[in-house]
Amino acid sequence: MTDIASSPLEPSGTALGPTSVAAIAATARGTPAPWRLLARRPTFIVGTVILLFWIVCAIFGHAIAPYNPLAQQLLATNAAPSGAHWFGTDPLGRDVLSRVITGAGDILIISLLAVILATILGTALGLAMGYLGGAFDLISGRLVEAVLALPSIVIALLFVAAVGPSTTTLTILVGLVFTPLISRTVRAAVLAERQLDYLSAARLLGENRARIMFGEVLPNVVPAILVEFTVRLGYAVFTVATLSFLGLGIQPPTPDWGADIAANYVGLTAGYWWQVLFPALAIASLVIAVILIADSIEQVLAS
Amino acid sequence: MATFLLKRLGLMVLTLFILSLIVFLAGQVLPGDPGRAILGNLASQSAVQSLDHTLGVDRPLITQYLSWIGGLLHGNLGESYTYQSPVAPFIGAALINSLKLAALAFVIVVPLSILGGVIAALYNGRSVDRIISVTGASLSTVPEFVSGIVLIVVFGVGLKWLPVTASAGAGASVGSQLDHLILPAITLVFVLFGYIARMARVGTIEALNSDYTRTAILKGLPRSTVIRRHVLRNSLLPTITVIATQTGYLIGGLVVVERLFNYQGIGNLIFKAATSKDFHMLEAGILVIGVVYAVATLIADLLLVALNPRLRAEVGQ
Repeated sequence: MTDIASSPLEPSGTALGPTSVAAIAATARGTPAPWRLLARRPTFIVGTVILLFWIVCAIFGHAIAPYNPLAQQLLATNAAPSGAHWFGTDPLGRDVLSRVITGAGDILIISLLAVILATILGTALGLAMGYLGGAFDLISGRLVEAVLALPSIVIALLFVAAVGPSTTTLTILVGLVFTPLISRTVRAAVLAERQLDYLSAARLLGENRARIMFGEVLPNVVPAILVEFTVRLGYAVFTVATLSFLGLGIQPPTPDWGADIAANYVGLTAGYWWQVLFPALAIASLVIAVILIADSIEQVLAS
Repeated sequence: MATFLLKRLGLMVLTLFILSLIVFLAGQVLPGDPGRAILGNLASQSAVQSLDHTLGVDRPLITQYLSWIGGLLHGNLGESYTYQSPVAPFIGAALINSLKLAALAFVIVVPLSILGGVIAALYNGRSVDRIISVTGASLSTVPEFVSGIVLIVVFGVGLKWLPVTASAGAGASVGSQLDHLILPAITLVFVLFGYIARMARVGTIEALNSDYTRTAILKGLPRSTVIRRHVLRNSLLPTITVIATQTGYLIGGLVVVERLFNYQGIGNLIFKAATSKDFHMLEAGILVIGVVYAVATLIADLLLVALNPRLRAEVGQ
């Protein structure tokens, strides 16, 4: 297994290792061989299938959903799951299945945008901290530590209280909260790279700092960033769902898993479990899917 | 040792200072006009101005920050706008409630996750390991309100074994209080298990692959002795740090769990303060959380140094 995957992380030495047809073919063509290894991992396949399912729901949700997720049927409130309503109805008589399907949209878009933002900012900061070092590293390091001393939910509470809840606030907030985490990983990866000869060579050639940072160091820390990106995506879904549950994110009546759970969990004591269990399982399946993918990528890159 | 302690304390104070700046900026500067934020758009301009004056937010920022931080250092955490009384007693009571819940969660999770991690390491790469690792990773990434709801549905509503709220009511017996805390504590355990087990697993694998373990095996010690005397002693050190850093994370989880189970802890308190824009309560609550986290990290560092002779020697120099 190790013969193919080592190529992106260990630029030298692979030629001497045990070989297989695939490995030779991969090195010969210079293709990213890890993809083939990934496709062979059951956890990766399961995660991808679940994630694709939710992406399809996010894009085509309104066409797939059997009912309008906002349509209230006041004669069929709190109905248990049945042939007409597979997941039952909520206290306003809205179809829970339709709300679960259409609820995939906002959480996926917000989480993805937030992580993209965090990755761009975190990579830039991490590169600068790791490569420039010195006072800049020290000061931003302290700042990062201070932010990380607070749980992200608590920071979010503070800022949402200050500027008010909206999807834009939520996206920017989650992006900013995740930036220090990504910068820390990138910084560590850059520090490991700094020791290597090719950087001294680049410096001796008289390349300027920006070019070394983005042209030489960045491509070599991409695997670490990729792993960080997928792991953070899982946590972004976690955070966005939690903030919506706390009423700080997506606002009713827009269908949203976290907000729907918050609105209906008092009904649990009356036995209306379907109103919260299905959105809860939707969140769980999405987060686990992303984490399975992240774990597979990490394992393949590390092997 | 003394210089090490001083250095760590200095770093801690610096981190808390930056934290106080962030909290101050978010709580008193970002809202623009706190009086307007509290009273809403319909309030008259004069009412807003008079509230701003009462809150002291019409003074220059530096003055505001200095008087705020000065008050904090004298133990004056400020006055709650909602309750019109000092916030300190509210925070104290809530903190004690949260500590009860957190303590129960830790008592359950620490032995359980260390056991899980060590077993996973002993079966490294085999199916037992994969099951423990994947279950742990999955549980720790599912939001607390999701696993909490599944627990409520199964054990509270379905089997009716345990109460679905966390507060036993005033004057309840210790047993009844404990009963009410079990479901929320298990919810926290779900999130924490994965991290600690993962750390214990990595540490154990490292220790298993080390030279001293090989020597111990080669000199003919029984496997159980090797694991007990040589592997575990070394592998559990990093786990201690993780357990301490998880306290910060735990408090984030507390916001959600206390909300879900309607428990009057620090998480619920800052949540209510945030939604009702009670900025003094919110800022004080968050800073207290920061202090708790900083102290926990410091204790972990000291513990690590105390337990690890190599680090002790390094620090002693």
